[in-house]
Formats: sequence, C-alpha cells, structure tokens
Amino acid sequence: MKHVDELRDPALAAPITRDIAALLARLGRTGARPLKIMEVCGGHTHAIFRFGLGEVLPPGVELVHGPGCPVCVLPAGCIDDAIAVAEAPGVTLATFGDVMRVPGSRKSLLDARAQGADVRVVYAPTDALQIAREAPDREVVFLAIGFETTAPSTALTLLDAEREGVENFSILCHHITVVPALCALLDAPAAEIDGFIGPGHVSVVIGLEPYAVIAERYRKPLVVAGFEPLDVLSALRMVVQQLAEGRAAVENQYRRLVAPQGNPVAWGAAMEVFEDTADREWRGLGIIPRSGLALRPRFARFDARARFAVPGARVEDHKACQCGEVLKGALRPPECKVFGAACTPETPIGACMVSSEGACAAYFNYGRLAAARRPPRAEARHG
Amino acid sequence: MRVTDAERKLGVVDMGGVTRTVNLACVVDAEHPIDACAGTWVLVHVGFALQRVDEAEAARTLELLRALGEAHARRGEEP
Repeated sequence: MKHVDELRDPALAAPITRDIAALLARLGRTGARPLKIMEVCGGHTHAIFRFGLGEVLPPGVELVHGPGCPVCVLPAGCIDDAIAVAEAPGVTLATFGDVMRVPGSRKSLLDARAQGADVRVVYAPTDALQIAREAPDREVVFLAIGFETTAPSTALTLLDAEREGVENFSILCHHITVVPALCALLDAPAAEIDGFIGPGHVSVVIGLEPYAVIAERYRKPLVVAGFEPLDVLSALRMVVQQLAEGRAAVENQYRRLVAPQGNPVAWGAAMEVFEDTADREWRGLGIIPRSGLALRPRFARFDARARFAVPGARVEDHKACQCGEVLKGALRPPECKVFGAACTPETPIGACMVSSEGACAAYFNYGRLAAARRPPRAEARHG
Repeated sequence: MRVTDAERKLGVVDMGGVTRTVNLACVVDAEHPIDACAGTWVLVHVGFALQRVDEAEAARTLELLRALGEAHARRGEEP
C-alpha cells in the first residue's frame, strides 16, 4: 500500500530515537523519573505494540495508553440498553463487529444473539440502513458508537434515511468527543501526563483548533500523529522537543491527511444531525459533561430511545476489572488482577480486552512476546 | 478508486486488494468535483471516504525523515 513501506523503515527510526534520547538528557529525565506521554488513540496503542516501539524508546520516556478506543470506553449500561432493544419483538439490531463481545451487566450482544435476538454485524452504518430498506416489516436499529471520526458516517446515513423517508430505521446513539475526556483526565488530582500524541483520524475530521484548550489552559503539548511507526516516533519527538523548549502547542505530524481546519464537509454533516452537548458516561471515567453527541430535535424520530423501552441505567463495572485505571493511564494492563487469567480476548471481563485497539488486548496479543524477549530487570519496570 | 454512481456520490475503492463501494460525500466539494475523484488515494473509515491523501505533504514528511537520517550520518553516527 502507498505511504506505508517507507514509514516502517527501521533505518529511519534510529535517528529519531537518538534525538529523543538527547532531548530527554537535556530535560534530565531518566528511567527513575520518566516523562509520561499519553497516546490518546487506540489505533496508536495498537501500532506501538505491533511494531514494538516501546522497546526502542530510551528509558526516560514512557508511553501511557489513553481513552481513545471507542469500544473500550463503552459503559456496560449502553450494552444493556442495546440488548433490551435487540430483544424487543420485530427488532434487528446492527452494530460494528468489535462491539459484539463487550460485556454488559449480565451478557454481551453476542450472548443475546446466541439466545435468539436478531443482532447483525455491519461494516458501515449505510449497511444497517440497507437492511431497513430490504426488511420494511422489521424495526432496524443501528447502535452508533465512535468518536468524531465515525459520527459523520452516522450523520450522512441518517440524512439519507430522512431524504428517503425510511420509517423503520433508528439509532441508539453513543457517539462521544475526545477533547472533554482529555480535559477530565487532566482535571483529575493524580494526573501525571506530560503531553499527548493526539488522535489522527479524529483530527482528520475536526482539525487542530479544538485541542487549543489542552495547550492553552493545561499547558500540555499535543502533537497529532499518523499511524505508521515512524509517524508515532516523529510525533513523540515533537512532543519531547516542545517540553525541552518549555513550550506547549498543538502541532501536526499527520499533514498528509489532517488539514488545520479538518474536513468541514464531514464535521458539517455531523453538526447538522447532532449537537455536542450531551453528558455521557465513559467506562472507567464516569460521566463527563458535554462529551457526547445527541440527535438534534429535527432527527428526534430516529432516536431508538424514544421508540423502545430502554433501561438507561448506570451499571457498575465488574468488581475485579480495572479498565478504569488503565483508561486513565494510571495502571499498566499486566498490573490488573485479572489480566491474562480470568480476562482474555476470548472471555473478556473488561472492554479494554475486547477491541484490538484496547490497551489490554494489545498487551495480551503482542506484549507477551516483548516480555519474553526483554531481560528480567527491564521486565520488572512493567510489573 | 473509481466513481460508480456520481449522483449518490458512490465509488469503488481498492483497499490493499479488497474492493468495496464507499460513500464519497465527504471528499467532494466545490474545489474537488466528483469526477476528479478517480485515481486519488483516500482515507476510508466505516464505508466513507473521509479525506484525500495530500501527496505533496506525504512526500515532505518522508523528506524530513531522510534529512534527519543524513544529518545524523554526517555527525558520524550509525544511519
């Protein structure tokens, strides 16, 4: 594929990591007191593990995994709501594949399907609308999840449904926005984050301006990055450079896809359909004010919560699960009591083990190999 | 990528060997008419093309990386 091979060239990585090491030396950062840089996006977490970037970094910097995996932050109550809708008579519920195994309070959507509910996996929201067109006698509900990256696709699908007058289609909306979650993390008393590698695909849609608050109010650098290994390393170098120069700014490493203004057509469609004013619950982080998208009144008839009885209850996470601490970057996945034993990708207890973008799944799938290669002393640092 | 239904803004993209119809609404504007989409590289997410790849910026990112490698090499460090 284009723009991929060059950005995975190990020969080009060494100078970047050497620069990072020199900057860390200037900052006086060592393994005893490393900089903590959070990669916000689950796609970055996945790339970091897949390419073993943690192993090539100098000891004076530590990557902390953030809350940017949309499946991981889905609260159990949202899954319970989706199951209640799916089990109503005459309903077909459609959603993305990685939502299927997310645990609700009693079961997952996969369990509900095994018990007879009509739950379908779709690749795109338009596929869910197509199911509705082809089955006018069924109520088709799309469980719409995801950050600003995904919201335009849901919005454009609803605009199609409105234009065509498709009456048997609705959505269970759980779209969320990334900046309020970052602010919530920084507002937490124990926050120890020195800077951010900003999400690439969210920024393709919203551009750079919404992150200004991170640099201006919280004085933290944020560099939007692409998803190839050299993209992530370059962005990390830019973050550390800002810290070494005593600056905090929003910068863009992913220039081939992120324009400063984002994609106004895509975000414009999202803002035609949604308003960004909803208070939303995040798994592990609790309710974050104004962190979600809600349907505007013009689209109220597409709201599945108005068509069906949904519990809408807040459900506590599983007692043994420490996803919340993992999502705040306060705990490394292997430090969780149930990691790799009771909680695995096959039988997840927490959502971070479900999605391939989740920090726990990344550790489980790739981290064990790294741990086997690492000398015992370095291993101790990771608990 | 090729356009298959200009009115509904649909096209077929080749994603590393897998082909699929995607919605092009987000990459079409006054400066980029739908007819100009054919042959361009786009970022696709859940069935929608979200952005065109800026080839000049992609080349610039690589240039910067190579320049960094060369600067290190001149200082006598391993490439």
